[in-house]
Amino acid sequence: MAYKVIVCAKQVPDTNVIRIDPKTGTLIRQGVPSILNPDDANALEGALTLKDRYPGSTVTVVTMGPPQAKDILIEAIAMGADKGVLLTDRAVGGSDTWATSNALAGVIQYLGNFDILIGGRQAIDGDTAQVGPQIAEKLGIPQVTYVEGLEIEEDGRTVLAKRQLEDGYETVEVALPCMLTCVKELNEPRYMTYAGIFDEEMDEKIITLSATDVNLDPAIVGLKASPTNVFRSFTPKPKGRGIMLDGSDEKELATRLLVNLKAKHVI
Amino acid sequence: MNRFEEYKDIWVFAEQRDGKLANVALELIGEGRRLSRDMERNTKVYAILAGTQEDVDSLAKECFEYGADGVISLQHPLLKQYTTDAYTKALTELIIQRKPEIVIYGATHIGRDLAPRIAARVNTGLTADCTHLDVNLDKYVDYANKNTTLDTSKIDPASDDGGLKMTRPAFGGNLMATIICPNTRPQMSTVRPGVMQRLERDPQADGEVEVVVPQLEEKDIRVKVLEVIKSAKEMVSLTDADIICSGGRGLGGPEGFELMRRFAEKTGGVVGASRAAVDSGWIDHSHQVGQTGTTVKPKIYFACGISGAIQHLAGMQTSDIIVAINKDPDAPIFTVADFGIVGDLYKVVPTIINLWDDAEELYETDLRRQ
Repeated sequence: MAYKVIVCAKQVPDTNVIRIDPKTGTLIRQGVPSILNPDDANALEGALTLKDRYPGSTVTVVTMGPPQAKDILIEAIAMGADKGVLLTDRAVGGSDTWATSNALAGVIQYLGNFDILIGGRQAIDGDTAQVGPQIAEKLGIPQVTYVEGLEIEEDGRTVLAKRQLEDGYETVEVALPCMLTCVKELNEPRYMTYAGIFDEEMDEKIITLSATDVNLDPAIVGLKASPTNVFRSFTPKPKGRGIMLDGSDEKELATRLLVNLKAKHVI
Repeated sequence: MNRFEEYKDIWVFAEQRDGKLANVALELIGEGRRLSRDMERNTKVYAILAGTQEDVDSLAKECFEYGADGVISLQHPLLKQYTTDAYTKALTELIIQRKPEIVIYGATHIGRDLAPRIAARVNTGLTADCTHLDVNLDKYVDYANKNTTLDTSKIDPASDDGGLKMTRPAFGGNLMATIICPNTRPQMSTVRPGVMQRLERDPQADGEVEVVVPQLEEKDIRVKVLEVIKSAKEMVSLTDADIICSGGRGLGGPEGFELMRRFAEKTGGVVGASRAAVDSGWIDHSHQVGQTGTTVKPKIYFACGISGAIQHLAGMQTSDIIVAINKDPDAPIFTVADFGIVGDLYKVVPTIINLWDDAEELYETDLRRQ
């Protein structure tokens, strides 16, 4: 068996290195690198593992964003993906999750048949985890979220997935085609290969599409079509430094702490 | 005339598993009641149960006791276990038929699977992982002035349309955004467990339960649940804990969590962990506190060897008292700590454990000295 696998991925700012300017209280975005969203890297690894196991399978990575989002497609191809597709258009800018899923579902339909759609559980900039299920709904296919284990059963047309729960997991079975969103416990993403980075056909492997290329209805994509709007955005107020305890040894420090906790009636 | 006239009341998805209500369901009923007081047209709070008759019949009373005005109980043998397909179908049909103004769900592994699917089917907006909700603009401004850096002087109080203002963290907690859903109904959000306040239980409370049997068939359910495994690992209920003893990279290795367990045992708390410690494989992810883990607000949060990455701070800074123990005096954790100790946690924590039972005595002695 061979499978057509589509990976949904997003380029995100590395939120681990974002800092807040202590004077203005605003985000310092300068110098913050853009990366392939971490959960999406696990999704890509999941797709590449299937390709390794089922020769003849293809892995296409789909993303939406500004022209520089192409960088994550280059990275994905250097890891082993066959093809990258970038939807870039002002018409889709400012989309919320509902409008984003309409746009991505449109691209996926444009690309034709597929067996497995896979993406990360959520992106680290928005943390919503909504786009995966909403694409599945728009395409009318079943979904499994929080996937931490993935196999294809002997019949070749059924996915056996382990779905993470707060206090354990469940094993579920779903027929292809389906949408899977995965968590980092699924696997360890591979590195890019030297040959992959210097792939001579890199340019041919990446397609850039506009909203009109894929025939998107302007009434369901972009900022204006989005049912949710940002009313205000701001930074949380820092809590403020408390008391640093002094003491000549651990016993004195621990005593001061316990006395203070008693005084606050919390113990 | 209000163009959303037909849409009325607040619905809370009262998540249950195996006939046990999720804590967040009760928290959301409490939050629904708080919101309903600021709404017109005699807005009521309905708990929406879904499951088999056997599992949900006994839960309606609990919903009333925690403040629900009404309960709609979706009952069907095919709702025994949570499945995206069956729950989406049952709830979507009810929403389209009854037109609630607001629907809120717990941001659990079930709520975050279900709510986006419903929102896409109903074609309305959904805001994920909210930590604060308001319908009244004046109250929103009060909240913003107290807790945020937002310049509220530019908000015109007369502009309030009574819509739901849904506030959530983004960019790993670096940024907060308030989201509105002005043009579609219902307004929907998932809400982080452990953030909202449940009401005082009223054992006398009771009310009318409306049972609805949704149209469901086997073929509607495309994802089949083969088995549900509760992990043998200890159950961690970080959101309910009064005391959390949390460890980070500064523990130096998995053995550090042995000390955290002793600490938790002595203080009657539970063990938490930073993402760094979880990612290092020192402890299971169910212990993780922070933006991608659980939001907590215990009475005391002990941060041991935790530097205080912004994501971690986002998940614990509303704790009543934060105690930070770290070798590095410049660790960001000290900027949110009520009490900071610069020192070796392997010396400080065992000493706290040893002296814990003497706290009362130490306090009395200290009072006499003053």
